[in-house]
Amino acid sequence: MNAKYIARSSAIAARRLGDEMIVMSALDSTLFTLNEVATAIWQAADGRTPLSDIVSGAVCREFDVEPEIAYRDAEALVDDLAGHGILLVSKEPIPSGLVQERR
Amino acid sequence: MVQLTAPASHAVPVEVGGMTVLLRTDDSDFARMLQDRYVGFAGSPTPPAFEFDVELAAPRGVDPDADVEVRCEHGRWSFCRGDFHADWDPRTRRGRIRQTANPYSIDAVLRIVHTLVLAREGGFLLHSASAMRGGRAFLFSGLSGAGKTTISRLAPPDVTLLTDEVSYVRRAGEGYRAFGTPFAGELSRVGENVSAPITALYLLDKGPANRIDPVSTSEATQRIMRNILFFAEEPDLVRHVFEAACEFVARVPVYRLTFFPDERVWELIR
Repeated sequence: MNAKYIARSSAIAARRLGDEMIVMSALDSTLFTLNEVATAIWQAADGRTPLSDIVSGAVCREFDVEPEIAYRDAEALVDDLAGHGILLVSKEPIPSGLVQERR
Repeated sequence: MVQLTAPASHAVPVEVGGMTVLLRTDDSDFARMLQDRYVGFAGSPTPPAFEFDVELAAPRGVDPDADVEVRCEHGRWSFCRGDFHADWDPRTRRGRIRQTANPYSIDAVLRIVHTLVLAREGGFLLHSASAMRGGRAFLFSGLSGAGKTTISRLAPPDVTLLTDEVSYVRRAGEGYRAFGTPFAGELSRVGENVSAPITALYLLDKGPANRIDPVSTSEATQRIMRNILFFAEEPDLVRHVFEAACEFVARVPVYRLTFFPDERVWELIR
């Protein structure tokens, strides 16, 4: 499996409200509401930690879910968010200057 | 010394949300039209936050449904719609409006200016009716047809209407304050120029009976974002608006108000 790195885009605004994370694309004002699992992935998306490590750490350790299912779901989420430009995806680590500070 | 422009002879101060904008014109009829339009919102002429010189153009055919364009280049804003063109430089606090002699173009310019000023201060203009009762303000939000005008019309005598269309929300200490606005909707009735701390925001929905239900923070945020008036596309300012909406939801209770359109709905609003 090829390594996949993810990072929060700097072209967004995000705010945690209760158990949810509200994320807005500053480019087209599209709003997304992330549930607890998606929020855990989002917050761990520092550009340096491979997605597989994020899933095994931030997801499988905190939530009762099978690793394979968790990784598959995480990939789908990452692809969806990347498609809206609010998450960056790369095969290489992503420079910190491109990463939104964690909220 | 050569004088490039003749001084405008009439100055009409318009105070909304505690901020005065001075409108200058050399046309006495137009000045009277503005004074009538903004009666109750006549601010003190000194010192205004901003001044606009209004230059009247000959009437011509315009598209009333044209979108407004708001742009910023090198710190100078330009607002453009079929019926007006305005330039505004916040650093010099001065601007210029070219429009025909009607009160609606100025109204649009004022709304835009206030949204831009409020965005930097954590406030916003919201598509909502608002009213004051017992020293507290209540907001009723929704798009056209949601019931803003209806609930405003049903207000009992002890309720002061702040607006039936566009609410002025400004950060005040740990909470928010709603101000009356002259920006009227279908009631064609300007609000009272008073303010009060905001106690609750109700998302309007018409139904067979009156009831109040909680809404999730994400739904509240999404509904508020959908109803905030904002015309600029600068990512930095859009972020400010988003932060303001989130902060508002974190500090002010937001409910869904389903109501049957008669005066009994106001028994729930206290």
